[in-house]
Amino acid sequence: MFKQKNYLVLGAVVFVAIVLLSLPTSATARLKLAVGSWFLPLFGLTGAAQQLPADLADSVLPRRELLKQIDNLRRENQQLRSQSVQNTAIARENVQLRTLFNWQKTVPWKLKLAKVVMRDPANWWRTVQIDLGSRDGMRENLPVITDDGLVGRVSSVSLTRSQVALVGDPNCRVSALVENAARDMGVLIAGGALDTSLVELTYLASSANLKPGQNVITSGLGGVFPKGIPIGQIVDARSIEYGLYTDARVKLNANLGSLEQVWVLFP
Amino acid sequence: MNIFQTILILVAAFLAVFGEATLAAPRQWLGAQVDLLPALMVFAALNAGLPTIALLAVFGGLWFDTLSANPLGISILPLAIIGWPIYLRRDLILRDLPFAQFVLGAIASAAAPALTLLLLLSGGQYLLLGWGTLWQWLVMTAIGAVATPFIFKLMDTCNRALGYQPRVEPGFRLDREIQRSRKKL
Repeated sequence: MFKQKNYLVLGAVVFVAIVLLSLPTSATARLKLAVGSWFLPLFGLTGAAQQLPADLADSVLPRRELLKQIDNLRRENQQLRSQSVQNTAIARENVQLRTLFNWQKTVPWKLKLAKVVMRDPANWWRTVQIDLGSRDGMRENLPVITDDGLVGRVSSVSLTRSQVALVGDPNCRVSALVENAARDMGVLIAGGALDTSLVELTYLASSANLKPGQNVITSGLGGVFPKGIPIGQIVDARSIEYGLYTDARVKLNANLGSLEQVWVLFP
Repeated sequence: MNIFQTILILVAAFLAVFGEATLAAPRQWLGAQVDLLPALMVFAALNAGLPTIALLAVFGGLWFDTLSANPLGISILPLAIIGWPIYLRRDLILRDLPFAQFVLGAIASAAAPALTLLLLLSGGQYLLLGWGTLWQWLVMTAIGAVATPFIFKLMDTCNRALGYQPRVEPGFRLDREIQRSRKKL
């Protein structure tokens, strides 16, 4: 029953696994890119299949409905233009004040829309893949957001796709700030394995005055996330290690369980 | 066993990994993503040869790790460790019984994530673990167990519909035909 051939094949499999695990990071990334490209035709098919119902719905939409939508969009466009004029004036004033006080100038971030094409099949990571790659100018550690708030950071980049480590993944730690009188600061780490909407805000000062509903934003420390991106709200807080520091649970603004489109911030 | 069955198993593994990465429904409804590779490995170990088991372990693991944040190659060993003992003892297993397939599917689906986690933790990885992981493990085990008999049925149907069956030699041989005749005494 236990023939030599069995052990040879098992040995070959173990050898392949050990070789793959001992490859340097750059070689692993290239290999992942090569193997990942096998899935590209399936991604294309899935994308086309998802687009088809939307295209069909668009083609049968009545003219009256389309005119109504155009009218609404025109009105919204006018509002946004007036807001833009105000914002330009505020930005100009900001630059003047910064020059007056000799403060460093802030460069506005550019946004690029990306579609979420895939989720991590393993339950012990919280990552997604988006349809922007190095050919679109993507690189590691770019912040990713939605209209609601922070989503995560780009953790690895291939030619056509990028992996985003979501807030709550062990590989995405965020320096955060609570919007209260003391401006308490802490670090966002992974929450529970099941609930994607809750994460832990840890290493807060023992004297932190936290109340449920207080907003949490990025602090700007660490060099990855710019300051002021909304993250979520405080749910509750508890003292850790006999009052050495405080931990709080934060409910995220962005719904990480049903991400479809995200914005990538380019400096 | 023929080459078509090996190709069929590998295509099924490829599609299973792609499905796991794109379908969000199990995660939204059950809180865990299911993994069908262990169930496929049970099928391969009971019905295919050693090269097929090795190919499924290597390519299945490689595809899974490519679409995941796992280190490349970490899922190969657990799949191989599941496939080998089943292959070695397959003559003693009632492989056509759905209950046997269910039990083997449950054991394989429970062992694969546990072994992968063990390897990842041994490698010093910091993972998303907690009490919820236990629920995810139970869901993976249950769905894997239920899916295994269906995978057997599906693969058998595909194999019968698309593959060729090896020619079976009939027992009848001309040179062994008994000539009967009335002999005159």
